[in-house]
Amino acid sequence: MKYLDEYRDRDVAHNLAAAIARAATRPWVLMEVCGGQTHSIVRYGIDRMLPENVELVHGPGCPVCVTSLEMIDRAHAIAETPGVIFTSFGDMLRVPGSRGDLLTLRSNGADIRVVYSPLDAVTIARKNPDRRVVFFGIGFETTAPANAMAVHLAKRDGVSNFSMLVSHVLVPPAIASILQTKGNRVQGFLGPGHVCAVMGLREYEVLAERYRVPIVVTGFEPVDLLDGILRCVRQLEEGRAEVENQYARSVATDGNRAARDLVYEVFDVVDRKWRGVGSIPKSGFRLNAGYRAHDAERIFDVGHIETCESSACISGLVLRGLKKPSDCPAFGKECTPLSPLGATMVSAEGACAAYYQYGRVPKAASS
Amino acid sequence: MCLGIPGEVMDVRENDGVRVGKVRFGGVSREVCLECVPETKVGDYVLVHVGFAISRLDPEEAARTYEILMELAGTEEGFS
Repeated sequence: MKYLDEYRDRDVAHNLAAAIARAATRPWVLMEVCGGQTHSIVRYGIDRMLPENVELVHGPGCPVCVTSLEMIDRAHAIAETPGVIFTSFGDMLRVPGSRGDLLTLRSNGADIRVVYSPLDAVTIARKNPDRRVVFFGIGFETTAPANAMAVHLAKRDGVSNFSMLVSHVLVPPAIASILQTKGNRVQGFLGPGHVCAVMGLREYEVLAERYRVPIVVTGFEPVDLLDGILRCVRQLEEGRAEVENQYARSVATDGNRAARDLVYEVFDVVDRKWRGVGSIPKSGFRLNAGYRAHDAERIFDVGHIETCESSACISGLVLRGLKKPSDCPAFGKECTPLSPLGATMVSAEGACAAYYQYGRVPKAASS
Repeated sequence: MCLGIPGEVMDVRENDGVRVGKVRFGGVSREVCLECVPETKVGDYVLVHVGFAISRLDPEEAARTYEILMELAGTEEGFS
């Protein structure tokens, strides 16, 4: 397909890898922020094409993985409320909550439906005026315009039985949090291409300047990723700390103004708890006062939520780039995509699931 | 989750006051909300995420990148 195939060219990829090997004279640690990039890197073996002195660590950019346990448990409580149709992206159904996952809840009779788009959830609400339809609104800035549009249309058209359980997260505060973490090893970032398609580069320029780190906004195909790594390594070698746009075909410097206006019409910035990481100030969105009537967190009083996290799971360390999935004693043994202990083993973009899917299981674990 | 797929806009319509259009991804088409890419016309490529276009692809930027990449594919020397 146009704009995809040419960025999967094997010869270009090998030449880029050779250029990275020539450019890197010292050890460097880079983090790809977005889970989609992690998935591509492991799928195409990009990390294995790099010289030994260039290490990639995987970032927290998987919204399914970082949605807090409290929020998952809240989703369960709402989904089992009589009369509710609970709608969600498919990945969320298998994320372990304190009392199992949504898929199990569905097999026990709850009306839980997978939708491709939040706009489809509004359509379900229009067709079922006697039912309360809730959409689990998760995602980074990439997904925020679509989720905002769904709530905006529900309000505009008086679809009063539609509400959204919002657990949106934002990338720049997470990058700042990683850089402030004691023991941080990350020296440069591959920035999240699709997040920046919406938000633009400005917030990343602030981070690059404040923390003196190079950030190369990068696409998702193998050639994009290798090009992004090369640009980042060159900056580090030359002592530069700038924002570069590797993904200019999709990302304008100012992002998408119309999409951002829609997002800020509907959402306010709030502190948000990230699973495995903890609370990060001003790192999420919630519906603002004008959309209170569609806010599932306000509409459904689910009482006190007592959470229970698996003690074996190290996904918090994986999400902050401090450990690799294969460092976890449970990886590929007690924890597999069929019976995940943590969310990073659930989503295709979680580092653990990507390692498992593409055969990065230690021999002892797979036997 | 932040998966975005480039597709070609086949038509542009108003549906209940919302700008939508059919977008083709290889052999598959589906309806996409085009409300946030107001300048888009038939034949343009848009980046689609969860049924919603988040940006219009810039053919000039794409051509520029492509040209550089093809040069690189030809000669490793041109790369350092």
